[in-house]
Amino acid sequence: MLRQIEGSRAVGESVALCRPRVVCAYPISPQTHIIEGVGALVKSGRLRSCEFINVESEFAAMSVSIGASAAGVRAYTATSSQGLLYMAEAVFNASGLGLPIVMTVANRAVGAPINIWNDHSDAMALRDSGWIQLFAETNQEAVDLHIQAFRLAEELSAPVMVCMDGFILTHAVERVEIPTQEQVDRFLPPFAPQQVLDPAAPVSIGAMVGPEAFTEVRYLAQARQLEALDRIPELASEFERVLGRPSGGLVSAYRNEDAETTVVALGSIVGTIKDVVDQMREQGTKIGVVSLTTFRPYPEQALAEALEDAHRVVVVEKAFAIGGRGILGADVDALVSDRGTRTYTVVAGLGGRAITEAALRRVFGEAIRGELDRVSFLDLDRGVVDRELARMAQDPRTAPSVERVLRDVRESAARIV
Amino acid sequence: MFQVRIHGRGGQGVVTAAELLAVAAFNDGRHAQAFPSFGSERTGAPVVSFCRISEREIRTRSPIDEPDALVIQDATLLHQVGLFSGLRPQGYVLVNTKKSLAEIGVAGFVAELPKGHVLTLRATEIALQHLGRPLPNAVLLGGFAALTGAVSLAAVVTAIEDRFSGPMREGNVTAVTEAFNQTRAELEGAATLERRSVGAAPD
Repeated sequence: MLRQIEGSRAVGESVALCRPRVVCAYPISPQTHIIEGVGALVKSGRLRSCEFINVESEFAAMSVSIGASAAGVRAYTATSSQGLLYMAEAVFNASGLGLPIVMTVANRAVGAPINIWNDHSDAMALRDSGWIQLFAETNQEAVDLHIQAFRLAEELSAPVMVCMDGFILTHAVERVEIPTQEQVDRFLPPFAPQQVLDPAAPVSIGAMVGPEAFTEVRYLAQARQLEALDRIPELASEFERVLGRPSGGLVSAYRNEDAETTVVALGSIVGTIKDVVDQMREQGTKIGVVSLTTFRPYPEQALAEALEDAHRVVVVEKAFAIGGRGILGADVDALVSDRGTRTYTVVAGLGGRAITEAALRRVFGEAIRGELDRVSFLDLDRGVVDRELARMAQDPRTAPSVERVLRDVRESAARIV
Repeated sequence: MFQVRIHGRGGQGVVTAAELLAVAAFNDGRHAQAFPSFGSERTGAPVVSFCRISEREIRTRSPIDEPDALVIQDATLLHQVGLFSGLRPQGYVLVNTKKSLAEIGVAGFVAELPKGHVLTLRATEIALQHLGRPLPNAVLLGGFAALTGAVSLAAVVTAIEDRFSGPMREGNVTAVTEAFNQTRAELEGAATLERRSVGAAPD
């Protein structure tokens, strides 16, 4: 049914249609509305045979999910930011044990300094945890990806993280087609666990593995992720046959056929970039955008094909590897630089900084003219940074101060007025 | 694309207003996208919400910098920095106040806007009368529908009926309809005066 609905509530509906038997989560902004939604559906009885378990922390939420999944039931959880980091040890356990848990990450910046707004620092911090990571561009895609995530997770016996931009998607009210129970049931069969803890037929899972086999175990985990690269497009095709709309897959391209400049991005910013691509195409610029719906496993081949004809690639990403460079940017650079394609990383939207169409048009233009730095920060307030650097230079033992920066930004704003 | 920015204070239903507007536009068969200003909202603190309405799919996620309309739920915000920022030259402004535009001192801000694009509405009083509570958010949408024509009254009423239950539902439907009729009458009265003043034949 087509509805005008908040993203979080739509995802709650979608999760409920997947018939999880255990939902265990701890509330944190901006994930809260999702689990409130699922909780309400359990309480009202619309989501039957499901236990909603309240716990004291995210570490417990993932631990309960692991227990439920190991006991052979479909398990779901959701978190954000510090919550994801607090459960990090259990996140690695879930994938190491091969348990098909599905988790929504409502993407939010990671502190300190504390910041509740959107960026991708949380998901990126756990990109090497062995979870499959999918990124939604719209709330429709978020709804659809959850349904595909349970199927994918259970077929591969591997956990899947569905990432959706906090606030920008979770709190946006827009039109979403909510599938029927019959459609979801046709696509997603009942959970048939590949391993079950059952007192009647005792087994161990999670045995200690020493140096003699740890490498092999990790190699097999990698093989399982690479299998996902084949399975994800097949599931996307089947989803389209059953649900009647394209959704999911590895990468998707927009107006990229003859593009000399290709933008690469993850998540909801792709929508804004599509509008900017249209505006620049109208001016005769050959530009397109490729989004990665699947970030882990890294869809190397599909992305390399999509970027084959680009003269230059601009990666717009909402995260940054401090002390290194862009994260997606480095991945993309490794893929295309050996054939001479120039890449630019634009770090944007950190801690909820607005990404405007004007700013995107400006940096894409600078990249095309060769004027853009290889790594740049969109709309960085150079004055604030330079003043703080100067203060630090005067006293070499002074560290950057969040409080001084805040005061400076406020004083600058006051001067503008 | 028609873009709306709603200003109010925490507790006045600023976010709900944008959501109701988006649902109303959806009820009219349009695409709509409502989103809050993503702050840590506190009761009484200034809050902003946004709504885009379009005939086509809305893809952009950028903030609304150049609104076509402003709804101001709390007149004490009027002299806040940046309240009118980016408002388009043909834009609309609807202010919740029982005072006149001259009394609230916004004439300077809105002088450039077309006649009949800036109105006040006694939304808090209408809400108190029909809901018994000072919640002007839904009421203002009735005035907004009459002022801009961006959504129909029927679609706003349906959105309210879907969202609320019991006395809040009945009260808001009555209040929003009254707000719509009052605003339309005011616009028609102003138009008649305008025609008379330029010597046109009365209708």
